[in-house]
Amino acid sequence: MKKVRLFGLLSALLLIMSLAAPFASAQEGGSILDQVRARGSLICGVNGGLPGFGYLDPDTGQMLGFDADFCRALAAAIFGEVTSDNLVFVQLTAAERFTAVQNRQVDVLFRNATWTLQRDAELGIDFGPTNFYDGQGVMVPADLGVSSIDDLDGASICVLTGTTTELNITEAMEKRGLSYELVKFEQPTQTLGGLEEGRCDALTSDISQLAGLRSSAADPGRYIILPDVISKEPLSPAYIEGDPVWADVVRWTVYATIQAEEYGITQANIDEFLASDDAAIQRFLGQGDQASGSLLGLDNDFVVNIIRAVGNYGEIFERNVGVNSPLGLERGLNALWSDGGLIYAPAWR
Amino acid sequence: MPDQRASTFDVARHAPVPFWRDIRFIQAFLQVLFLVAVIAFGYTLIHNLVNNLADNRMAINFGAFDRPFGTNISEGTTDFDPSTTSNWEALFIGFRNTLRVVAVGLVGATLLGVLIGIGRLSSNFLVRSVTIAYIELFRNTPLLVQLYFLYRGLRVTMPERIQDSYKLPGPIYVNRRAVNFPSIQGTEKVEIFYVLVLIGLVLGIALWIWRLRVQDRTGQPANVLRWFVPTVLLFAAAGWGLAGGPFRVEHPQLRRFNFEGGDKLSMEYITLTLGLILYTAAFIADIVRAGIQAVPYGQIEAARAQGFTNNQMLRLIVLPQALRLIIPPLGNQYLNLAKNSSLGIAIGFFDVYNIASIISNQTGQSVAVFAIMMAIYLSTSLAISLVMNAVNYSLRLRSR
Repeated sequence: MKKVRLFGLLSALLLIMSLAAPFASAQEGGSILDQVRARGSLICGVNGGLPGFGYLDPDTGQMLGFDADFCRALAAAIFGEVTSDNLVFVQLTAAERFTAVQNRQVDVLFRNATWTLQRDAELGIDFGPTNFYDGQGVMVPADLGVSSIDDLDGASICVLTGTTTELNITEAMEKRGLSYELVKFEQPTQTLGGLEEGRCDALTSDISQLAGLRSSAADPGRYIILPDVISKEPLSPAYIEGDPVWADVVRWTVYATIQAEEYGITQANIDEFLASDDAAIQRFLGQGDQASGSLLGLDNDFVVNIIRAVGNYGEIFERNVGVNSPLGLERGLNALWSDGGLIYAPAWR
Repeated sequence: MPDQRASTFDVARHAPVPFWRDIRFIQAFLQVLFLVAVIAFGYTLIHNLVNNLADNRMAINFGAFDRPFGTNISEGTTDFDPSTTSNWEALFIGFRNTLRVVAVGLVGATLLGVLIGIGRLSSNFLVRSVTIAYIELFRNTPLLVQLYFLYRGLRVTMPERIQDSYKLPGPIYVNRRAVNFPSIQGTEKVEIFYVLVLIGLVLGIALWIWRLRVQDRTGQPANVLRWFVPTVLLFAAAGWGLAGGPFRVEHPQLRRFNFEGGDKLSMEYITLTLGLILYTAAFIADIVRAGIQAVPYGQIEAARAQGFTNNQMLRLIVLPQALRLIIPPLGNQYLNLAKNSSLGIAIGFFDVYNIASIISNQTGQSVAVFAIMMAIYLSTSLAISLVMNAVNYSLRLRSR
């Protein structure tokens, strides 16, 4: 009889579970902004293995880089300051990153992800403003004697799997009618290893990534990046589709760093600007009674919190990837629009 | 005493129990209830998944498999066209690559495993120690670590520049990227050769049967091979002459970056296959050892008493009996090998798992892709199980 009872109990339990399941999955309410506040921390998806953009400092174990700093800016915008508790970094591979957004495993993705039509339309995610304009390039050993992609007929090329890069290099080589072998790895460091150890003749990726990988090579001087740029790679933050409140918060956090650079407001001189009597700057910094952050459901002076935490766009760029960093990248397309670049923020009013 | 029995029979007490107290009914009812619950639960899970995905604009769409794959596969295919090859076809190429690894892996692991398993029982101290060390080393470290180790190891020991490749007779060229060797292709007239060889074979077999009959009838030695081999060779030579040399050998040629022409085995293929063989052989060796040791010692003593040599004893007495015990756990190891081949992605081998994850990533259809992938691995594993069960059945102990 005991067996019969156990069996009945099990069936009843299964039935109850299957009846309850539809209710359990009904919406967890509110915007991600509310969830982040209730949780007390922002969960930010980053690369984790890419020097300059998202990598662990070997000395301190801290997550550093261009993307990591935008995570900090967002945490500062929401919580007022960045502490060790209110910002959690999640390292994601190229293959995992969008699923992590879909599953809400991360609140936002700052992980050098290219904004494409198909991803925007089909993956259930939305993209924020492009914060880094990149293009795909090819890196080769200088002594290979190659000066352009056209010289690479028959070459083996290392590439990161699950990315737009593998599609772009395929198209570029097919268009030129060249024969080639693609060697695909899951980790950026594996692709660099492939190039360093002679598994492939060339390594292709976003130029910023090539610069980052080169800086971590055993002998960075051995490699050159070819002048060809074979694609547009607008690297943008991504978040779940259908949450306009959260989308605005991410968007205007990025714009705040850009607008701050335009005004010349930096981490160092922010206090002088707080005392400024320029109405536009007062409004931008949320001083006085003019609405700024409060329109987004944030502290009215959220811009001040961002600047204090990470500085303006130019500062973030120079600190992580600029000419004086190991990556040594020029501003190029990522200069302010007023300097001939593409970095531009909408009107702050 | 029939009348006495009738007198003690109380109709009221022996009335049939109501059905809700009938144990047979209760058991049947509970089984049906359980089945309904399982189906309802499964349905709810799938229903929720499909609806929630659709709500989040990620509806499951198997049509994504018809789209072009969009990128290259440099393994197990030449003249691959990324813009016309669909995701289905790419999956198929990946599956073929998986089978290439699994087929070679199964044979290699079995041969090596049996050798090591026998060596493990050797009375020679050196052989015994080396095989024990081998088994413990490979069984007790993760396969993924072994694969990385092997991959880096092979890469670093091979010549770095293609121009410095080791040249083996053939010519076979070995370098960090691949082993390049000459390919053999049939010319347009190769069918003539095949047809004549086929005729030779059929005729040879007919002669073989005829000679056996003659032997049965007259008692003369059949000498079947003396009839069979010359017949086949004669027709093959005739076919070769008629087709005017039906095969063309294509040698790998060194170009600027790589060898072109000929055939090649990529370093990734070699690493994965070798890694799977070395790892699985350690487990098979232990199974073989256990199987041999499970044969009762009396059998060995009896064989020795009958004057069998060591070799004869192993071949005729021990191994046939051990085989029965070895087959079932061996099947498990075969399944493990087939499934472990999905670790190829770690070293960039284009197996079906690697291709599927590329498709998943490029289309965002992770649920659909993983459902297909599970179906592929499940059917591969079931096919292996089926074969092993059939072998097991044919070897079972027949008791009369």
